[in-house]
Amino acid sequence: MRFFLRRTAFYAFTAWAAITINFFLPRMMKGDPVSAYLQKNQGRISPEAIDSLRTLFGLDSTKSLFEQYIDYWQLLFSGDLGRSFSKGLAPVTDVIASAIPWTVGLVGIATVISFVVGTSIGAYIGWRRGSKADGIVPVATFFSTVPYFWMGLIAIAIFSTTLGWFPASHAYDKGTQPSFTLEFAGQVIQHGFLPALTLVIGSLGGWILGMRNMMITVLDEDYVTVAQAKGLKPSRVLVNYAARNASLPQLSSFAMSLGFIVGGTLVMELVFSYPGAGKLLLDATTAKDYPLMQGLFLVITLTVLVANILADVAYAILDPRTRQMEA
Amino acid sequence: MTTDDLLTVSQFSVSYDVTPPVEAVRDVSITVRRGEILGLAGESGCGKTTLAYGIQRLLKPPAVITSGSAVFHDESGDDIDINTMDDAQMRAFRWEKASMVFQGAMNALNPIITIGAQLQDVFSTHRPAMTRRDRKLESGRLLDLVGVGSARLRSYPHELSGGMRQRVMIAMALALKPQLMIMDEPTTALDVLVQREIIEQISDLRAEFGFSVIFITHDLPLLLEISDRIAVMREGRIVEIDTARNLYQNPQNDYTRRLLASFPSLTGERGGFVRRPGPSTLATDAGGMF
Repeated sequence: MRFFLRRTAFYAFTAWAAITINFFLPRMMKGDPVSAYLQKNQGRISPEAIDSLRTLFGLDSTKSLFEQYIDYWQLLFSGDLGRSFSKGLAPVTDVIASAIPWTVGLVGIATVISFVVGTSIGAYIGWRRGSKADGIVPVATFFSTVPYFWMGLIAIAIFSTTLGWFPASHAYDKGTQPSFTLEFAGQVIQHGFLPALTLVIGSLGGWILGMRNMMITVLDEDYVTVAQAKGLKPSRVLVNYAARNASLPQLSSFAMSLGFIVGGTLVMELVFSYPGAGKLLLDATTAKDYPLMQGLFLVITLTVLVANILADVAYAILDPRTRQMEA
Repeated sequence: MTTDDLLTVSQFSVSYDVTPPVEAVRDVSITVRRGEILGLAGESGCGKTTLAYGIQRLLKPPAVITSGSAVFHDESGDDIDINTMDDAQMRAFRWEKASMVFQGAMNALNPIITIGAQLQDVFSTHRPAMTRRDRKLESGRLLDLVGVGSARLRSYPHELSGGMRQRVMIAMALALKPQLMIMDEPTTALDVLVQREIIEQISDLRAEFGFSVIFITHDLPLLLEISDRIAVMREGRIVEIDTARNLYQNPQNDYTRRLLASFPSLTGERGGFVRRPGPSTLATDAGGMF
């Protein structure tokens, strides 16, 4: 129980620190969002509009920094992250909410597939070390060292432009409204296939290599020999004794990669013009849309934190030795 | 006489296929009798463990069995040639007829599975007809037998002391009432008191169940005490095999004599320090320090 409380306290502190930094960072940058907005729309905004904009962005300068900080927390808890002026002053929460599902859906599924497939292949190769299966390793490593944008462009050139099997960009056909119909789901899958495939191929090598190396270490452990001496079936030794132990470090890398789903797929979303969070972050940065950037940073930080918590929980479930601290 | 034999190993050789090849076991012929404790003594690296693994066909590449055979004379009267079995037959043979207790008491148990599950593994593989409840009962009974207690079924290995883990391993080795138990330095990592308890336990259990033991250790005085017969190994060969008493009182081989002399005696003269011939850096280093 104390272990649990300590972890909770740790995560609460980390979240507080991240949110506080997120508050100060834009305020330390040169200029404020309103000046940036004015610059973009030079001469087209009246002085009264400027004043109301300042109020809207909470920049009426009478408030002290501390008061602003308190306000920031209040707004945060009421789910108000301000307004994005590169998206026509729409609330930041709405803008982010429209992008996140695409990223989490596509990249999330790709990450899970890559992890499961890569770890399984790695376990098998490690188990049959020295056999022909070892040949997979250099191939997979080659694909993960190829720059992603290049692989994405090649995939588009072959499967989209030449063969015409898959659309080259966007999450669904232009002119259709997102809805929960079978037809729309089909479109989403068709559009998502290439990006997902390239993501999986690009990250598979790391999972294979990591798992294979851990397998080779674990296979030398006495308990694996004992399991074999007990006459257990090879499949049972492989799964219950070797792979189960070898996959523990994989699991924490997996949780970490889940945390980078939201922020880490900028290149993919650019290459495939996919309407996700990565592309949104890029748009916000080029437009100097501070409220949107701030909101995205917050979401990214929180996902990394949540992924860490998940990793902790998974580890505690799968490795009894980490639970020892509880007692 | 032949019906009393349990295992006949003849002209058994194992080499490690590295450059240059290492002949770890050379032309070993040895017989284990039913119900006896056969000690296998020798210095580190002499091939004791390789021989034991070879008998169970547990060697991993680059180790290769280059020649020889190991024939197991089953209670039922069948002779089982270990080298001619296919993988499935070999798996069925392991633990059912010959179980093992391993060197590292610390690493022989899977750290992330309960010891109960690891005991029950044996039953679900070799006794598929047993119900889950029976498996659990039987595992608990085994833990009671070795003095760990059935309450520990749900414990993980890290929650047990080294001595308890080794007892769990012994319980596991007993599970299927095998005719042969190979013990590879079962007490090496334990302190002398726990060692003593474990040894006594092994002796008691053997008296109760009547299995044969191949006991591998570098601890010759220990073997002299517990074994019926002792084989001394050096550089892959068995240099001498005799009853414990004969070996102690009347060692034939020069190496056996040196091995016996290298253990300090509580009474008598201070003995010489036996080392392999070669340039000794130890003496000069020590000299330089002062």
